[in-house]
Amino acid sequence: MRLSTPLLQVDDMVVHYPIESENFFGRNRFFKAVSGVSFDLNHGEILGLVGESGCGKSTLARTLLRLVEPSAGKIVFNGENLVGLPPKILRRTRQKIQMIFQDPLASLNPRMTVGTIIAEPLGVYHKHLSRMEIRKQVRIMMDRVGLSPDQINRYPHQFSGGQCQRIGIARALILQPDLVVCDEPVSALDVSIQAQIINLLVDLQREMGLSLLFISHDLSIVKQISDRIMVMYLGKLVEINEANALYRMPKHPYTRALIQAIPIPDPKRAGNRPHQTLSGEIPSPLNPPNACTFHPRCPHVMAQCRQEIPILKVPYDSDRGLVACHLV
Amino acid sequence: MESRSLWQDAWRRLAGNRAAVVSFFLLVSFVTLVIFGPMFSPYQYDELDFELISNPPDITDAHWFGTDGLGRDLFVRTLMGGRISLAVGLIATLVSIGIGVSYGAIAGYYGGKIDAMMMRFVDILYALPFMFFVILLTVVFGRSIVLMFVAIGAVNWLDMARIVRGQTLGLKQKEFVEAARTCGVTSFGIIFRHIIPNLLGLISVYVTLTIPQVILVESFLSFLGLGVQEPETSWGALVSQGAQEMGTAPWSLIFPASFLTMTLFCFNFIGDGLRDALDPKDHR
Amino acid sequence: MSLLSVQNLSVFFELPETQICAVKDLSFSVRSSEILGIVGESGSGKTQTVLSILGLLASNGFSKGSVRFDGREILNADARELNNIRGAKIAMIFQDPMASLNPYLRISTQMVEVLVRHQGMNSKEALQRVIEGLDQVKIAEAHKRVHAYPHEFSGGMRQRVMIAMALLCKPSLIIADEPTTALDVTVQAQILALLKELKRDTNVSILLVTHDLGVVAEICDHVLVMYAGRMMEYAEVGEIFENPYHPYTQALLRSIPQIDRKKGKKLNMIPGNPPYLLHKFKGCPFSDRCENCFDRCTTQDIEEKRLGGERRVACHLNLA
Repeated sequence: MRLSTPLLQVDDMVVHYPIESENFFGRNRFFKAVSGVSFDLNHGEILGLVGESGCGKSTLARTLLRLVEPSAGKIVFNGENLVGLPPKILRRTRQKIQMIFQDPLASLNPRMTVGTIIAEPLGVYHKHLSRMEIRKQVRIMMDRVGLSPDQINRYPHQFSGGQCQRIGIARALILQPDLVVCDEPVSALDVSIQAQIINLLVDLQREMGLSLLFISHDLSIVKQISDRIMVMYLGKLVEINEANALYRMPKHPYTRALIQAIPIPDPKRAGNRPHQTLSGEIPSPLNPPNACTFHPRCPHVMAQCRQEIPILKVPYDSDRGLVACHLV
Repeated sequence: MESRSLWQDAWRRLAGNRAAVVSFFLLVSFVTLVIFGPMFSPYQYDELDFELISNPPDITDAHWFGTDGLGRDLFVRTLMGGRISLAVGLIATLVSIGIGVSYGAIAGYYGGKIDAMMMRFVDILYALPFMFFVILLTVVFGRSIVLMFVAIGAVNWLDMARIVRGQTLGLKQKEFVEAARTCGVTSFGIIFRHIIPNLLGLISVYVTLTIPQVILVESFLSFLGLGVQEPETSWGALVSQGAQEMGTAPWSLIFPASFLTMTLFCFNFIGDGLRDALDPKDHR
Repeated sequence: MSLLSVQNLSVFFELPETQICAVKDLSFSVRSSEILGIVGESGSGKTQTVLSILGLLASNGFSKGSVRFDGREILNADARELNNIRGAKIAMIFQDPMASLNPYLRISTQMVEVLVRHQGMNSKEALQRVIEGLDQVKIAEAHKRVHAYPHEFSGGMRQRVMIAMALLCKPSLIIADEPTTALDVTVQAQILALLKELKRDTNVSILLVTHDLGVVAEICDHVLVMYAGRMMEYAEVGEIFENPYHPYTQALLRSIPQIDRKKGKKLNMIPGNPPYLLHKFKGCPFSDRCENCFDRCTTQDIEEKRLGGERRVACHLNLA
């Protein structure tokens, strides 16, 4: 039975970093990583987040965990606004939101054994547990993510990339969180290992009733695993929809361009696709375009696009999904 | 494959470095000698003997290194001086490491205004002329070993603080530090369990290179007459006295100077070896 | 007549205690105006293959076999001959454009230098050619941008600059090692379209090394699949995707998410880990992960078999 209130509600999150101006008299410039993002994430859901470089998805992920402070907006998790929480209470809430990182080896302290790494969260939150009890839980977790518990005393550099990522997953899940933010968890892995890790995440999500925010630049992987998908461009959400619907009927021009750009591993189907490559480059977040951030590259740009910021709302020709575009 | 930590890898590499290994054993023998050596001599370090002034080394009466201008046995005095020099080197270094590493790690980790303030303080201390400071202390408190510790330790931690702060700035961006934060580890925990252990390699290299620096500073101060009080002595003081008698009694310079120089070389070779051994080269 | 013909290429590396074989007995060829894709994961040896062709192996590496370019043997050729060929007749594009561009020199300086050195032009002519080259790769306002520094370009633009630099001396062969892996997917689409256009307009051949089967499907004519330094399968691109013979190719194709296929959430994965080259295996290197593995696979080494046309497979199974 799904609870009706969403697990996570993000309301107009803004993350703008001030950058020192280049000359003595210049005004402060801002690196606009995230400019007003709002979405819900439900219990037990896998929500995918797709975007290219500079779209702000990594910043969004880190802000959810308050590794980065938002300049504005609310992050309501389990009914509690995380923004502005004092450190002590924040630490309590942190048990329930965890993160899996992109670079499997870099996310593990090279001087600690695997056992110590996975046990660390337990040491912080469950101080009453005995050492033996902790070791036992670590071994159980290692087994669950497909690692041999005998390797509990090994060091990260002795493992392959895929195994390192399994260690990261074990560490993230040992506290039984409600939400796991996965920041490009398979991008750094070999193709044949990606499938293993994705399957592992799907299994664990089902077993433990987790909610996942799955972030990637690879739409194919995101579509494979997600229930709903959000598309981000230059700090703003441009479209949210169910995974299949997003793929079959993309409403936003950027989503369409993204889908068209994905190389299909089948020459016959690849040849049959409409091929309209997007022109230009992604602008810098230091100087995003006015109004609709996509308008300089949009093949359907209208006058309105240069003046008014499009709001994320339900398109008029459908009752599902949200799009931020003046065309619909 | 048994578990091989990065330390064990480094140890293996270090063991292959001949200069470092020889230096290590030489140092060990020096330390043993300065601790236990004086027991084998019939003389005390402050025992005056006006009949045997400035005698060359003589095995028959157990003055293996000869005597100095006041008839004191140089063998015992060299070793006792070694105790002081090595002790000052070790202790002052440990103090400066302790202060410097914590200071630098805290400044680097917190960043922002705290970092700026802490580092400006370091900059100010850097600007103080060291000699002036030491002379001032000597005038106020008189000459003593404790003074040496304080003076040297107080200045040496600055280097370590700067280096550790720089490394910390880089390390705190690493993903495993972010991961520790998401696991709820406190700032203190991150600094002392995640950042500093990853700096131990660098720190140990600097320790082995700071000890000779400190010994040299102590020697210099003693050479200038600002160090230990008679009849206590250090290698620097002995070198100072020996230099004055160089023409007539060269052995009073040669022995302490050789010990001093060899010790410095040994620490430097070990330091170099450690730096090479800990250099993370890709195995693949 | 093949432009590039590689026969029984093997690449070894000397380590303090042992010797690794990174590539073993590899044979393939590239024709004029053809794009050959070499596909493999880490440990497959695809990058070492390409480096050894160009004589760019690390100092503890050495190669055996034969590499003929334009009829001449170039494997282990002396430095002077290689320098004449590299950059002029065979050009290379790497994954990270910043690594190949000197951040302290302007683009114009770096590119003009190539022409002056290889073709003996004077700098004025060379600059003109450079600007034409940048136009060809669709860099807007080439005559202005040519004097910029590398960091003033975005990732996609830098890769275009790399391609332009590669094309300066009108090479007959471009070797591209993961040229689009570090790029955004929309930028990747632009670069791939550009490469296809170049092949069409200038008849250049491309040896493309990648791990991305989608990229292969987009632009390659033929495909060579590598695993643990060995060739597993070689075929025309349509055949590889429609009718893969080798179990590794099949497993690879099944394990990647395909955006337009409706499936359940889980993927068909390949169990186990990519090959660890320090282990010397007996038999087929893929045997520990292959679902069709039988007794011969772990004892007898694989050999290439020809299967009609240009199709080649290295497997013990009776295929075709």
